[in-house]
Amino acid sequence: MGFKDYCFRKSLWVFHFGGASCNNCDIEILDCLTPRHDLERFGILLVGSIRHADVLLVNGSINRRDKDRLLELYHQAPKPLLVVAIGACGCTGGIFAEGIPFAGPVDKIIPVDAYIPGCPPKPEAIIAGIIKLAGKR
Amino acid sequence: MSRKTLIPIGPYHPLQEEPELFKLYCDGEIVTDIKWETGYNHRGIEKLSESKSYDQVFFLVERICGICSTSHPFAFANAVEEIVGVEITDRAKYIRSIIGELERIHSHLLWVGLAGHFLGYNTVFMWAWKYREPVLDLFEMITGNRNSYAMFKVGGVRRDIENIKIPAIRKEMAVMRKKLDLLTGAVMDDPVIHARTKGVGILTRQDIVDYGAVGPTARASGIDIDVRRDDPYAAYSMVNWKVITAQEGDVFAKAEVRLLEMYESASIIEQCVDALEKMKEGDIALKINEIPEGIGTGRAEAPRGEVFHFVVSDGSNSPARHKIRAPSYTNIATFKKSCIGQTIADATISLAAVDPCYCCTERMAAAYDNSSGRKILNANELIALSMKRTSELRKSGAGHE
Repeated sequence: MGFKDYCFRKSLWVFHFGGASCNNCDIEILDCLTPRHDLERFGILLVGSIRHADVLLVNGSINRRDKDRLLELYHQAPKPLLVVAIGACGCTGGIFAEGIPFAGPVDKIIPVDAYIPGCPPKPEAIIAGIIKLAGKR
Repeated sequence: MSRKTLIPIGPYHPLQEEPELFKLYCDGEIVTDIKWETGYNHRGIEKLSESKSYDQVFFLVERICGICSTSHPFAFANAVEEIVGVEITDRAKYIRSIIGELERIHSHLLWVGLAGHFLGYNTVFMWAWKYREPVLDLFEMITGNRNSYAMFKVGGVRRDIENIKIPAIRKEMAVMRKKLDLLTGAVMDDPVIHARTKGVGILTRQDIVDYGAVGPTARASGIDIDVRRDDPYAAYSMVNWKVITAQEGDVFAKAEVRLLEMYESASIIEQCVDALEKMKEGDIALKINEIPEGIGTGRAEAPRGEVFHFVVSDGSNSPARHKIRAPSYTNIATFKKSCIGQTIADATISLAAVDPCYCCTERMAAAYDNSSGRKILNANELIALSMKRTSELRKSGAGHE
């Protein structure tokens, strides 16, 4: 077991970065934490500071204003860090990719470990993605 | 001597699901001034809309905001149908109203949950979100997706609600009433919630008029406005329901208005499915071949208030101009009245009380040159430019045709 695997062996703590999104993915992420889906049973918890996080969850297209802040958050995060891009906008820019303020999908700005497509992805898809990511390690 | 402290909330705060930045200027624990910054969510939708065909714009406007993903297509459909000058079929009207009201229930439940979370009352948060799930299941059954339903098109709706699905809707509404009774009882009778929300964040009748607030925010202050009744669209003039108002204007009154509105929505849905059952299946959309030249305005009552869409058509396949005004745009400005003079702990629930939706409200704040990355115009210059253009138009007499 390498150092990186050792770090992700137990509960994953998640920091949620909502870029320029339509809110749907944000709500489905919150939905994962509520009784029907209850991600906390896997030890997954939303935390308030990137310095406590193992996973950076990014959704929404990234506009010019978000870009620098996302980079800064990535640099502040303790490594190793898993980055997950959620939703069509997080993966490719989606319907907003042709928009004026669009500043590139997430993987043009920071390295991404997992993509969860969908507009918005169902909570089941989000759970499957995160469990797959945790199991791979 | 008093010292002023600046407390920033956001832009990526764990409490908020959207990025926005509030600056609370505090003297001790009392908030003396508040400023907010947006732009983290700007996507340039109005410009994008001009590059899409009318059918595609529906998919775009429904992604303005994930929570009101029926209200924007609703208002846009009303605007385009005004340009075309058609009246959609009764069945399409009822289906539109059912989707709109289901959305109101899920949005208000979401708000009740978040408000509980803001108060530190996570039980209400978990309850409300648990009760919201069956509504999303209904959406999945009717439209095929939990959010972003893609139900609307010019001249009608894309999918029918077949008679076979109606018993499930009726059953869910009956169960929903019981759940709402439980939730309303828990919220209305709880001494902690009373203590935290009564007399907090009061907006008087005059404040609402001054700031032009709409929706439940205005109705909680005794202003009886509702687009569904004042300018009826879809099936709202064909069913019986009433507009809920309260007089106090505090956070508790806003919660009360929203909770009672959900009962009205359930009743509208029941009446609509009753009407659907008596009709012939399949008569859901008119065939519209082209959109003529013209100007159309569309209004719809979103869960947060009035959504307004203005569409200019030049006879081509896509809108020549598409202007959108979401309810939060006016509601957010009331923070200047509701938060100042409160303690910091009460300011957060006052901020949440209008159910602000920032992804609806985003505006451009600065213009950059694409090749050099240099700032060309800042916010004040943009406002000055806009005012200059308006006064020019006024002088030339445009808009008074």
